[in-house]
Amino acid sequence: MDFREVTNIEYMNQGDFACPGCGAGLSMRHALKVLGDNTVIVMPASCWSIISGVFPTAALQVPLMHVPFATAAAVASGVKNAFRKKGQEDVNVVCWAGDGGTFDIGLQALSGAAERKEDIIYVCYDNEAYMNTGIQRSSATPPGAWTTTTPTGNPLIYEKKDMFNIVVSHNPAYVATSTIAYPDDFYQKFEKAKNAKGFRFIHLLSACPPGWRIDSKDSVKAMRLAVESGVFVLMEKEQGKPVKVTYKPKGLVPVREYLLFQGRYKHLNEDTVNEIQIMINEHLMSLGLL
Amino acid sequence: MNKDMMLGSEAVALGVKLSRPKVVSAYPITPQTHIIERLSEMVDSGELDASFIRVESELSAISAVLGASQAGVRAFTATSSHGLALMHEVLHWIAGSRLPVVLVNANRAIGSPWNIWTDQTDSMSQRDLGWMQVYCETAQEALDTVLQAFYVAEKVLLPIMVMIDGFILSHTLEEVIIPSQKQADAFLPIYEPEYFLDVDNPLSFGNAAKGDVFYYLREDMQHSMEASFGVIREAHNKFDEIFGRKYDIVERYYLDDAEIVFVIAGALTGTIRVAVDKLRALGIKAGLLKIRYFRPFPSDIVKNLLKSKEHVVVLNRSVSFGSAGQLAQEIKNALYYEPSKPKIYDYILSLGGKDVFVEDVVNLAKNVGNLKTSKILWRE
Repeated sequence: MDFREVTNIEYMNQGDFACPGCGAGLSMRHALKVLGDNTVIVMPASCWSIISGVFPTAALQVPLMHVPFATAAAVASGVKNAFRKKGQEDVNVVCWAGDGGTFDIGLQALSGAAERKEDIIYVCYDNEAYMNTGIQRSSATPPGAWTTTTPTGNPLIYEKKDMFNIVVSHNPAYVATSTIAYPDDFYQKFEKAKNAKGFRFIHLLSACPPGWRIDSKDSVKAMRLAVESGVFVLMEKEQGKPVKVTYKPKGLVPVREYLLFQGRYKHLNEDTVNEIQIMINEHLMSLGLL
Repeated sequence: MNKDMMLGSEAVALGVKLSRPKVVSAYPITPQTHIIERLSEMVDSGELDASFIRVESELSAISAVLGASQAGVRAFTATSSHGLALMHEVLHWIAGSRLPVVLVNANRAIGSPWNIWTDQTDSMSQRDLGWMQVYCETAQEALDTVLQAFYVAEKVLLPIMVMIDGFILSHTLEEVIIPSQKQADAFLPIYEPEYFLDVDNPLSFGNAAKGDVFYYLREDMQHSMEASFGVIREAHNKFDEIFGRKYDIVERYYLDDAEIVFVIAGALTGTIRVAVDKLRALGIKAGLLKIRYFRPFPSDIVKNLLKSKEHVVVLNRSVSFGSAGQLAQEIKNALYYEPSKPKIYDYILSLGGKDVFVEDVVNLAKNVGNLKTSKILWRE
């Protein structure tokens, strides 16, 4: 894509409450540049509940409603149906949820909305734990990762929940994974999601410097290494078409390089790193990438 | 005048249709299910121009209604018992968001053990949310109250929960006068909220608020509750003008000269009316005070009606374990500052659909001299 076409308009104000290096803040800024001002955000409890500002401040230039943790996709269903009845079918109704609100507590409402083919875009910014409450494990936390509730590391049998395929199994209009560390991929996928009709889901890997125990300047590096090592695969599935990998790393970086520069994996020994590499390899083989 | 025989639940569905909501979302639960079945038929046939969102749980039903209401349209849901309990968190959120949602709850016991019969513990457990609460006695009252509820909620900017007793009202055929859509439209104005999700006027709803702001917002909810009596009276007067049916915040039956007063809310009021008739025939001066609005609780009205009475027997269909029947708590609260007050008996009349016969109530009145005021009274 041609980045000269990206709008100079900012829909996210300066002075938000995001931590330095927050992937979720960066993701919102760019997602809104694609979605534009004909957009409404539905936001369950997450880091973004705070990033969006404390009264009387507000971080977004588009309408936003905060909602209880488990309810985002159901609330968005109600919003979209109301807009339809008001003759405003074209408004982008977007859920903006963390991994806890998507993989865990919000999964039932998400499944319901996907099954009903609700005409909404559900974005999960996945920082791989409950970061807003202080780094507790979620079902998006990868095997081996330290959190405050997995102080000796997330057990290896706790494979990260396969959200992409869970949503794909509902046969929605569009499902994608992406990360703002690859803006080209990110912009194209939000554009596709915006232009499709029906249930659309975008899973964003979103680095969290305090939670991942990395320097804030390394946030983009962490997200890039996740992709280059095959830990996080950029892919998409349009309704009626097969799953497509949208970015194939040229020569995979060993997983250890991704893991061991992050404080949350510092405790891992050689054997555990190798076991995680094997798990990643199996996943990549299933996708034909290895 | 157009009349028909219908179930209480069908009367509710008719009241909803006449109110012209744009979004209805619900999940099945006995004994509420007839309401949403009927509404589904109305939406599918085009009788009701609304979106019906068939969600996967009550939590999502109330969430969809939250979203629809925040987007600026009239929204409705119905539930019961466990379903209402599952909605609890979002019920708070809707009240805090000052959204005029209307919910009909078919009162039913909450387990364990399983019990589908009538019991008001489900809604009484939701009394502190900032939702207004109305308890109905008849199918006609249920239909009429749905219309009134939208009127009141949209002026006060607080949601309203309308209660019909499960089975006793939801599943009982009664004669109902069917209002015309023209009458309903004359009564209930088109819903035009001031603040809603609007891409031309982007606002953030529910952003974090610190203590000072939060405290003010909650104080304002209480002030709105207190001020709502004026709106409720206005709704009742306008309703009477258009439909020719009178309603009040509480209802009196042989109350003026009564020495023994029963206080009750909901469909069992009918049984108590018959008991009062029998007692009067026996020369016992019994009377009845029916509580329609439980939230806001009409303390001043209750105080003035009851302060000079001798015996007040509160007939609860719920209990707050370790304390008292919730209705009795309110009656005692209302009379606390009166220098002379009646003996107030806190009687748990029925839970989980335990049958109540007229004779039970007649005997209760005959035996009133032996009743104790010091503790909750249970049936033998």
